[in-house]
Amino acid sequence: MRRSLILLSFVVALFAAPLAHAVQPDEIMSDPAKEARARDLSRELRCMVCQNQSIDDSEAPLARDLRLLVRERLAAGDSDSQVIDFLVARYGQFVLLKPRFERETLLLWLLTPLLLIGGGLALWLQARRRARRNSEGAGLSAEEEARIAALMSSDASPGRPSPR
Amino acid sequence: MIAESGHYALVLALGLALIQSVIPMVGARLRDPALMNVARSAALAQLVFALTSFALLVTLHVTSDFSVANVFENSHSMKPLIYKITGVWGNHEGSMLLWVSILALFGGLVAAFGNNLPLSLRARVLAVQAWIASAFYLFILITSNPFARLANPPLEGRDLNPVLQDIGLAVHPPMLYLGYVGFSISFSFAVAALLEGRIDAAWARWVRPWTLMAWIFLTLGIAMGSYWAYYELGWGGWWFWDPVENASLMPWLAGTALLHSALVMEKRNALKVWTILLSILTFSLSLLGTFLVRSGVLTSVHAFATDPSRGIFILVILCAFIGGSLTLFAGRASALKQGGLFAPISREGALVLNNLLLTTACATVFVGTLYPLALEVLTGEKISVGAPFFNLTFGPLFLPLLIAVPFGPMLAWKRGDLLGAAQRLLAAGIAALVALAIAWAWARGGSALAPLAIALAIFVISGAVVDLVERIGLARVPFAKALHRARGLPRSVWGTAFAHAGLGVALIGIVCETTWNSEYIGTMHPGDARPIAGYQLTFDGMQQRQGPNFSEVVSTFKVSADGKPLAVMTPSKRTFTARGMSTTEAALMTRGVSQLYISLGDATNDGGIAVRVYHKPLVLLIWFGPMLMAFGGLLSLSDRRLRVGAPQPARSARSLQPAE
Repeated sequence: MRRSLILLSFVVALFAAPLAHAVQPDEIMSDPAKEARARDLSRELRCMVCQNQSIDDSEAPLARDLRLLVRERLAAGDSDSQVIDFLVARYGQFVLLKPRFERETLLLWLLTPLLLIGGGLALWLQARRRARRNSEGAGLSAEEEARIAALMSSDASPGRPSPR
Repeated sequence: MIAESGHYALVLALGLALIQSVIPMVGARLRDPALMNVARSAALAQLVFALTSFALLVTLHVTSDFSVANVFENSHSMKPLIYKITGVWGNHEGSMLLWVSILALFGGLVAAFGNNLPLSLRARVLAVQAWIASAFYLFILITSNPFARLANPPLEGRDLNPVLQDIGLAVHPPMLYLGYVGFSISFSFAVAALLEGRIDAAWARWVRPWTLMAWIFLTLGIAMGSYWAYYELGWGGWWFWDPVENASLMPWLAGTALLHSALVMEKRNALKVWTILLSILTFSLSLLGTFLVRSGVLTSVHAFATDPSRGIFILVILCAFIGGSLTLFAGRASALKQGGLFAPISREGALVLNNLLLTTACATVFVGTLYPLALEVLTGEKISVGAPFFNLTFGPLFLPLLIAVPFGPMLAWKRGDLLGAAQRLLAAGIAALVALAIAWAWARGGSALAPLAIALAIFVISGAVVDLVERIGLARVPFAKALHRARGLPRSVWGTAFAHAGLGVALIGIVCETTWNSEYIGTMHPGDARPIAGYQLTFDGMQQRQGPNFSEVVSTFKVSADGKPLAVMTPSKRTFTARGMSTTEAALMTRGVSQLYISLGDATNDGGIAVRVYHKPLVLLIWFGPMLMAFGGLLSLSDRRLRVGAPQPARSARSLQPAE
């Protein structure tokens, strides 16, 4: 039941969890610089029980736990990448909203540049081939010249039968 | 009785669709006009029965007939009338019925206004439409019957999900479906053309208005959905790169590419094979979107595996139509003759670049949406692909696109003059530099890229203006003459300018909202005051209120600036009794195109309440942009040359126009 509702339209997809709040006032760190880092990190991390929501957006209890965990690590003096490594070690790649560049994600990361370069190259080759074919066939054969002359003269003097 | 009639009407619509699938095809093969004409009457009759079925389901919802399972599960007798109606498509079965009704509507429109089409083409187009319709009627009747009865009718319904009890539901899904399903027309035209084995510039002229119409609806539908998410979800986000959103974005990107390539085909008889392929792909992506949203595969691959009946059915439809049409394309495309040579620097060249970038963007969204699913099915490994990925891959593609947009309309067909175009765009470039300087001077923090993005947006907008100014010769000829020329300018030229400017407008909104938005998260007690972005916010207190099918706690905030009171904002928390669910209703104050946004959290024991307050500068431009684009599309659609069903008289009208 809940599923069919969730699937209704794209807005609805965002309501897997009961509504409450994302970042709560009591979670905020006293150090604004660290809090800003926590927010930036939170946007890169997935709430694993939600549909494609970052822990910064999600109201699920798990997201709150993760937000607190991120802040705990930051307070302990971890760097951003240490926090990420810690979470990946604990929850796997699934927690990252931006997958790492690895063997499994080669196609994911490379498709866009490959398509752009490949598409551009194909278009360039096609244009060149066409241009060459065009320049080869640019000159008219003697027979075509004669036909044009015939058509022009018949056009210039309507009513008279064409010379051919 | 009403439910049974609705069900029966749907069965009859299926029967008519089956007739419409076969007879006109046979007629076109045998060149029998009588058989071909069956398509027209069958399509119109099918429309009548589909609409009857839909109207009967609406009647059931309005009269709260809880003996029907669909009404019981999604309605409540106390629900306001508007939500009783919109609740019809606020669930799986009803929304599929809306989907096929809109499909029948488009089929009926082609039948009614397609008198200028060659008889055999019209017969084949309508037959292909009927193939799609038959598949989806069968899907509804076999797996998702909205008219199923309950053996023991309950007294009261379960009510609609409170989140959906919003005016957004009245507009967003129908718009989105009009867009999705509208692309079925260009698909049917493409398949019919491949079957006919003949395709020319006239084909593009018939297809373009339909594509444009679908594109306008899809643009508005996506923008509406985004705004709805923005004000309803309560954290001020407006685009989440959610797979369901991506499902609607993919056909939009492909459809936008299609609009531009069909233009080349109509004007220059080139890019035929590509245009046909795009028509097929655009609707295929619409079908894919339907599959993603309807099958449950998004929630989890496992949810799909445990209850696969619906998903498998749509998957079969998807494979049959996409596979079938692509096979047909592979077999026939080589027979289509390519015409219209052009130099790389030309209007055609610019439109090809547009297509390259848009299809790459579309492919990026596609792979980002489906990669996690594919990886999980193949290796069992779970990864997530979210906003950070798309911002990094999708965003950069729009940079060259936006730079190229003003150049496109400036270049001549066949062989353009890039230097000349650049000279004419000098004014736009200067405007962009001025904007850059201003943004740099004003910017308080935020990314250094933001002023550059603003400059780019201004370049796009002023490029559109410069194009118009150039065409009417403003400043070169007397004003009255320029005015006269402006009136004589084809509406499609105005449409292009508006649509392109809309792109720039949306970009300004996006950049400002993401870069300079301010936020306050904290607990406020009655009497507390907080400053945010130059406003003073005072929390007055909370009261209990009773709505028709909910009770709510309303908090009152007074907003003032420089000591002068501006507005009272009343965000609330609603509790819906029937489902025991609660929602937060954000309060918005609009000043100009910027907004102040308050959303409530939980109340604390000492009488305070957690609040999130945002100031979002120029945020409304995010949605004004798409509205401008849609308006531009509408202008183009009203161009005599394009008007649905009126290409014939248009040809003579064009020859009467004064030479530019």
